Amino acid sequence: MKTKISTPDVPSLEQQQYVKKIHRNHLLIRIYQILLFAGFLTLWEVSARQHWINDFIFCCPSKLAQTLITMTSDGSLFHHIGITLYETLIGFVIVIIGSLLIATLFWWNETLSKVLEPYLVILNALPKSALAPVLIVWLGANKTTIIVCACSVAIFGSILNIYTGFTNVDSDKVKLIETLHGNRFQCLRLVVLPSNVPNILSIMKVNIGLCLVGVVIGEFLAAREGLGYLIIYGSQTFKMSHVLLSILILCVIAMLLYLILQQLEKKLIEYF
Amino acid sequence: METPLLEFFNVNYTYHTISCETLSLKDISFKLYKNEFISFVGPSGCGKTTLLNLVAGLLPITSGQILLKGNSGTNSDANIGYMLQKDHLLEWRTIYKNLTLGLEIQKKLDSYHLSIIDELLKTYGLWDFRHAYPRQLSGGMRQRAALIRTLALSPDILLLDEPFSALDYQTRLNVSDDIGSIIKEKGISTLLVTHDLAEAISMSDRVIVLTKRPGTIKTIVPITFSIANRTPKSVRNTPEFNQYYNKIWEALYDENEDFNS
Ligand SMILES: Nc1ncnc2c1ncn2[C@@H]1O[C@H](COP(=O)(O)OP(=O)(O)O)[C@@H](O)[C@H]1O
Ligand SMILES: [Mg+2]
Repeated sequence: MKTKISTPDVPSLEQQQYVKKIHRNHLLIRIYQILLFAGFLTLWEVSARQHWINDFIFCCPSKLAQTLITMTSDGSLFHHIGITLYETLIGFVIVIIGSLLIATLFWWNETLSKVLEPYLVILNALPKSALAPVLIVWLGANKTTIIVCACSVAIFGSILNIYTGFTNVDSDKVKLIETLHGNRFQCLRLVVLPSNVPNILSIMKVNIGLCLVGVVIGEFLAAREGLGYLIIYGSQTFKMSHVLLSILILCVIAMLLYLILQQLEKKLIEYF
Repeated sequence: METPLLEFFNVNYTYHTISCETLSLKDISFKLYKNEFISFVGPSGCGKTTLLNLVAGLLPITSGQILLKGNSGTNSDANIGYMLQKDHLLEWRTIYKNLTLGLEIQKKLDSYHLSIIDELLKTYGLWDFRHAYPRQLSGGMRQRAALIRTLALSPDILLLDEPFSALDYQTRLNVSDDIGSIIKEKGISTLLVTHDLAEAISMSDRVIVLTKRPGTIKTIVPITFSIANRTPKSVRNTPEFNQYYNKIWEALYDENEDFNS
């Protein structure tokens, strides 16, 4: 008897049922997720209306929606979102380019990396929020400070991780380039950088989130605009709907930025 | 008399680390002539890879002398091709871009060298796969691609460091015969390092047996067969083959004595 290995054109009944079951399962998970969120909102709203919680402190979904509408119609919300996004992206670009350059320098000169590594480890371990007030004193309360603050959160870890990735490249691949009489720069360009693309992409995914954290820390202390400022200002003037709305939007921004990078990663990863 | 392509005169090599120094090769002398195929066998860690690295100029010798085409290694124009244990095709480049890697590095991407690659691709059955990525090829085809990458630079001497050891047994047998035939047919002077005695005997003109560390030359076995049109495959069934096998195996067995007792 001949057994057929290739997949038949029309899937068997078992296969169809299996696929159906998997799809149904995915759908169920989505429904549960939505129900959980809707349930949470309902409970929140009801608790506020029934005065189980103080809606002046805890706010409620309907007030949030109202704030959202007013702030969108006067455009102020977009302004704050734009500022925060702008600072985050600038910080992110600086972190990625800066850490790639510095990691390359370290890879080039091992002595330099050995000398500086302990300092980087310490700077990386330091809680960066401790730096923010110092930065304000040194650089003033402006956008530069906030961007520097964002960079300071992400860059040290980023350098260390990219450098580790560089040093972990298969030494035989480097040897291959040497046997073809390639120089160190060609090693970097032909083997070290391309084989690190997946690593660099996953580091980027982490860094975009860290930069957002840095920007919010900076805005807490040094801004007159941006979502971080909105949170601090709102909490000081007891406009809790401003605070919670900003936090909610930060969640969405963080998620979107992550998803964009994840999509980029998926596109690129199949080549590496 | 013809100048050998490669000569070793009493070469020693010592590795230095913080904790110790390791004499890895001791008093190695041999000659490789044009069109000759020499295999090195020996217990693992005896310095076979080190020896090839010395030929390739990746390591500076500790003492002794290496001559390439009669000139000392550093100022010789000899072109050396080195095939490593794994194929090391770069996964993010197509097969074609992998094969032109050496040309790209040496800035020789001209029509003459590219035509060599095209011809090698056609001759060795990879033409249809030139735009594929390495992961789409079988182990044997990847090994062929790695060979073409090395041959594209028209090397005077080919170094092979256990080039088939990453393959499974069946593939390995075919690929080693396949690649052995290609090298023989092109008459490329070759140094092969292998664990597989049958592989060494079937392809070589001489087999050099090394002692355990520090590696010295224990014996050099010249290999000749009485059959005409010798190929790696055809010699495997000759009576001489078994005699050589036993002879080399015994020489190696002595080296592994403390391991076996
Ligand atoms: N980079 C190195 N540093 C120190 N010792 C080394 C290094 N590479 C190899 N050795 C030592 O040199 C000896 C020979 O190594 P190698 O040439 O790789 O052996 P083989 O290829 O025959 O297995 C080994 O015993 C190993 O311990
Ligand atoms: Mg070895």
